[in-house]
Amino acid sequence: MAGKTVEVINGPKRSSPRIEAYKAFWKRLSKNKAAVVGGFFILLFIVVSIVGPFLTTKDPTEVMVLNKLQPPSAEFWFGTDNFGRDIFTRIIHGMSLTLKVGFLSVAIGGSIGVIFGIVSGYYGGKIDTIIMRVMDVLLAFPGILLALAIVSVLGGSLQNVIIAVAVFSVPAFARIVRSSTLSVRQLEYIDAVKALGASDFRIIFKHILPNVVSPIIVQATLRIATAVLTASGLSFLGLGAQPPEPEWGAMLNDGRTYMKTAPHLMLFPGMMIAIVVLAFNIFGDGLRDALDPKMKK
Amino acid sequence: MAKKELLKVEGLKQYFPIKGGLLGRTVNHVKAVDDITFTIHEGETVSIVGESGCGKSTTGRAILRLEEPTEGKVSFNDVDLTSLSLRQMRKHRKDLQIIFQDPYASINPRQTVSDILNEAMTIQNSVPPKKRRKRIIELLETVGLNEYQADRYPHEFSGGQRQRIGIARALAVNPKLIICDEAVSALDVSIQAQVLNLLEELQEEYNLTYLFISHDLGVVRHISDRVIVMYLGKIVEIGEKEEIFEKPKHPYTKALLSAIPVPDPTHKKTHIALKGDVPSPIDPPAGCRFHTRCPFAQDKCKQEEPLLKTHRIMDETHQAACHFVEEIENGELLPRDYEIKPILN
Repeated sequence: MAGKTVEVINGPKRSSPRIEAYKAFWKRLSKNKAAVVGGFFILLFIVVSIVGPFLTTKDPTEVMVLNKLQPPSAEFWFGTDNFGRDIFTRIIHGMSLTLKVGFLSVAIGGSIGVIFGIVSGYYGGKIDTIIMRVMDVLLAFPGILLALAIVSVLGGSLQNVIIAVAVFSVPAFARIVRSSTLSVRQLEYIDAVKALGASDFRIIFKHILPNVVSPIIVQATLRIATAVLTASGLSFLGLGAQPPEPEWGAMLNDGRTYMKTAPHLMLFPGMMIAIVVLAFNIFGDGLRDALDPKMKK
Repeated sequence: MAKKELLKVEGLKQYFPIKGGLLGRTVNHVKAVDDITFTIHEGETVSIVGESGCGKSTTGRAILRLEEPTEGKVSFNDVDLTSLSLRQMRKHRKDLQIIFQDPYASINPRQTVSDILNEAMTIQNSVPPKKRRKRIIELLETVGLNEYQADRYPHEFSGGQRQRIGIARALAVNPKLIICDEAVSALDVSIQAQVLNLLEELQEEYNLTYLFISHDLGVVRHISDRVIVMYLGKIVEIGEKEEIFEKPKHPYTKALLSAIPVPDPTHKKTHIALKGDVPSPIDPPAGCRFHTRCPFAQDKCKQEEPLLKTHRIMDETHQAACHFVEEIENGELLPRDYEIKPILN
């Protein structure tokens, strides 16, 4: 074949298909305004959770009885709670707790789920049956109930909430990754590397995993929203973060008693939970549409 | 034949279970390859031909243990591959390579050409790390690509070029036998010729042995030394290329060959049109598997399975699995109520 002609056709400019794909992906994502806003908020949350605690002038746990139950004002932006603690400061400090629970639990649950899913899809047979039936059992429980059961066994703390939320995130990842693995596994290039004598480890991590990342990313983003919601729910029930930690779910619970007289105690943490969950959900949906343009049609 | 036996396939069976029922029990099997035996000598090209679904590709995959064979023995250089553990098998894989049909599915779109070749060498450690880059360039030149294409991704190549990458990947581990599974079927005719010529050149240069799986009789005629004709998981005829193409003995081979178009408008030839499809390999017909479609079928064919053997009127390297080879040949047995239509010009 004439090499020279090929050169002319392809031209000197070349880039990896990954870069090309990223470009197309960004283009599609940036067209989705809602997803861009969601992504912006997520970035903002991350920045706030890292930088925020250093910028606040008040202590989130300092009790100032004289200032208790103040409505929002120029000094206390979101008002104060029944111990006189500044709610705005607590919310800023609580941001990192919320994101930590969200990211960590999804990272742990996701990794386990991905491994289960790939092993299940790649090996098939008995291993597949056993793993997927266990996943079915986990899926049969409503998520919050399962998390509740785990936390009540392990004891209430933020760390156990992360474990509980991780456990109930596993099956969703396992299922999605398994189905993607099944479709990648039957491609001829997998047989080709097998024929070259590649180990299962190499095939799984070098050839299958890179080709199933996009559903994993989408699932992870959506799962963070669920994780945040569940963690707040558990803390609200008193099973998660323990006082005086400025966890939003726990703050909701603390404010419950004063719902009628000082609604701002519940309003702001509740609003923040809703915004975070919404941002992750919208961004996750946008990611899904951008990563898999065929699905939208 | 004085040549050394390289690959010996004995009684190879490949059954795929069909799961069914409440408990997912195996209710039946797809008998994709059912007890086949053949030998390939060093340096020769043996082709397997047959209709789709007759087990050609499955045979290739079973030899490589890409699918574990149900039964039978595959010996390569006197080593029984089927008895090796998977770990031992991995070491032996460098001797047997495969080139696939679809040049778009057979290379990982996320690897550059040099990554692909480098990985092959890394897996088998066939070339010391420092010399790999040089070897990659050599390989590319061998298959007709250029050095500057080494760091490109598959999507930047045409189908024919991708197939060359597939060939380079197979060559990277210095194999002795290459299984070409419909290796040129997806390419257009002019590119087919180029790739076939490349395969022939490589065979001479590296003393390669090919197992060439194809449904394209024109290609098979061009490249093979010997031909195996398969029907429904069985070998029906095997022999030297000239014997098969000039003096086919099995009615199925005859029907297959009569389907080759002749590029001569004045050529008058009868065309044996086979009726219907290949029967289901789940429940293959008893006796001779071809009897449901064979124009010569007798009662005996429905009951007794013919053995693959050399009949008196055949060359010694030629074998066919038919009860009535001689009767058909000397005109004692005539085709029944079958369509032997003259091709209208």
